[in-house]
Amino acid sequence: MLTDQERSDILREIERSERPEAACVEALRIVQARRGWVSDGAIREIAPMLGMTPEELDAVATFYAFIFRGPVGRHTIFVCDSVSCWIMGHEALLRHLRERYGLSPGQTTRDGRFTLLPVSCLGACDGAPAVMIDRDLHVDLDPEKLDRLLDRYR
Amino acid sequence: MERPLTEHIRPDGAPLSIAEYEGFGGYGALRKALLGMTPSQVQQEVKASNLRGRGGAGFPTGAKWSFVPAEAAGPKYVISNSDEMEPGAFKDRLLMEGNPHQLLEGLILAGYATGADRAYIFLRWEYRRSADCIARAIDEAYRGGYLGRDILRSGYSLEMRLHVSAGRYICGEETALLNALEGRRGTPRSKPPFPQLSGLWGRPAVVNNAETLSNIPHIIARGAEWFRGLSRCADGGTKLYGVSGRVKRPGAWELPMGTTIREILEERAGGMKEGFVLRAILPGGASTEFLLPEHLDVPMDFDSCMKAGSRLGTGTLIVLDDRTCPVGMVHNLTRFFARESCGWCTPCREGLPWLERILGSLEAGDGRDGDLDILESHTRLLGPGHTYCALAPGAMEPLQSALKCFREDFERHIREGTCPWR
Repeated sequence: MLTDQERSDILREIERSERPEAACVEALRIVQARRGWVSDGAIREIAPMLGMTPEELDAVATFYAFIFRGPVGRHTIFVCDSVSCWIMGHEALLRHLRERYGLSPGQTTRDGRFTLLPVSCLGACDGAPAVMIDRDLHVDLDPEKLDRLLDRYR
Repeated sequence: MERPLTEHIRPDGAPLSIAEYEGFGGYGALRKALLGMTPSQVQQEVKASNLRGRGGAGFPTGAKWSFVPAEAAGPKYVISNSDEMEPGAFKDRLLMEGNPHQLLEGLILAGYATGADRAYIFLRWEYRRSADCIARAIDEAYRGGYLGRDILRSGYSLEMRLHVSAGRYICGEETALLNALEGRRGTPRSKPPFPQLSGLWGRPAVVNNAETLSNIPHIIARGAEWFRGLSRCADGGTKLYGVSGRVKRPGAWELPMGTTIREILEERAGGMKEGFVLRAILPGGASTEFLLPEHLDVPMDFDSCMKAGSRLGTGTLIVLDDRTCPVGMVHNLTRFFARESCGWCTPCREGLPWLERILGSLEAGDGRDGDLDILESHTRLLGPGHTYCALAPGAMEPLQSALKCFREDFERHIREGTCPWR
């Protein structure tokens, strides 16, 4: 069930939009911000508010990399795997995450602390390899620096 | 050397406030246009400036605007394509973070020139700093009377909104962007109709890249002739060039349009890192063709890059060194395009993953005779004319040029049954 707060936040976004369905990405984000991800039940509840069918809304939700249709950990690690980061050694970061945390792309640590997801070019190619944790960008990384960084995300 | 786009950006990249921007003459071009020029005069000035689109395609901006029907009643739109997601590109981010009002002023001028009453900035979610900078700048511009009703008491009105997307490369394609703004799945549309006639909710819409728009205030303030004089070629203006890969100083610099690859690579980026030799360059992001060391003196402008067999694209160079496997690099690029394919049309949805698997098997040492023929035939099957949009043809540009430039490397993978770089 959506909370009253979620409903009123979504209604405010609809109010600000030219058409109700144009607010769909924001509506999904409102729910995700509170729950970490967007469940089938949430899709079914949000869709009629936007004048969409659940299928139409799900078609949008599943389209985007940063709308999560499954549970994720407390923190999400996005390792950029596009070309400049590939050249500059992003694979060493992925290898380290696998060895140290047992994390492969798409997985969550058993304690629910981290989810690792691949991400396309973060637009930080002059600081490759780059990683985004939650929504914080970090550049010029190597496995050691990544370790120190992850300590800050409990 | 003049650097109109970046001269006022602070070394630490912190955004200019509206007061600082005004202090440098900001919003002077808007005042000049709204109070002293007709929309068609603004269009004429931009046409005469020879400004070409900085998103990659290089379409002349003035001509793009001129297709918007002047008489259309009802909403019209101008949109900043700030969804910068081309691998290797990080130029629009610098402008949006460092000088967001410059982009806003350009977008308002574009709106005035095309008779638009609504504007959107379509931004990728990962650019959080850009989002904060732009959101604050929009608030400041409303308070300063540069947005909203009756701007500067000229009678012209424009409402502007920031749309933060949720991560998908194809949304940078203008018709996919329009679908995304409408709240649909961001798949491209077939053209015609072109967006200038039927764009957002069936109404005229102009979509310009953020760097393109950031040039507009300077063209209006200082004139088309001055703007053309900034360049070393027929295209007007400066260009934000970037370099990534194993160079001494990766970064981005504003230089005259038509600066050579050698100057950018050697003087700005400091040349190759110790122990690495230049092997090839993607001049304009992931969807351009490889150029070789023999092309170092090619000027980085639309026509010269085309003549050399590639494209200027976004103007952000990706450097391949001698210790990195070219087949691996093309595999990485193809994996990106396969993942970002929207799946709407068959050649792209089915073809790109197939190519990715073949390239992956070459890298794993499982390549077979005939693989290169399959790759080669796909560069035609996924080329222009077979798909709705330019994603698959763009993906074929690095692949087909790699098959030419690095033929021996591909064959060695098959012959030796392993990646020789491993």
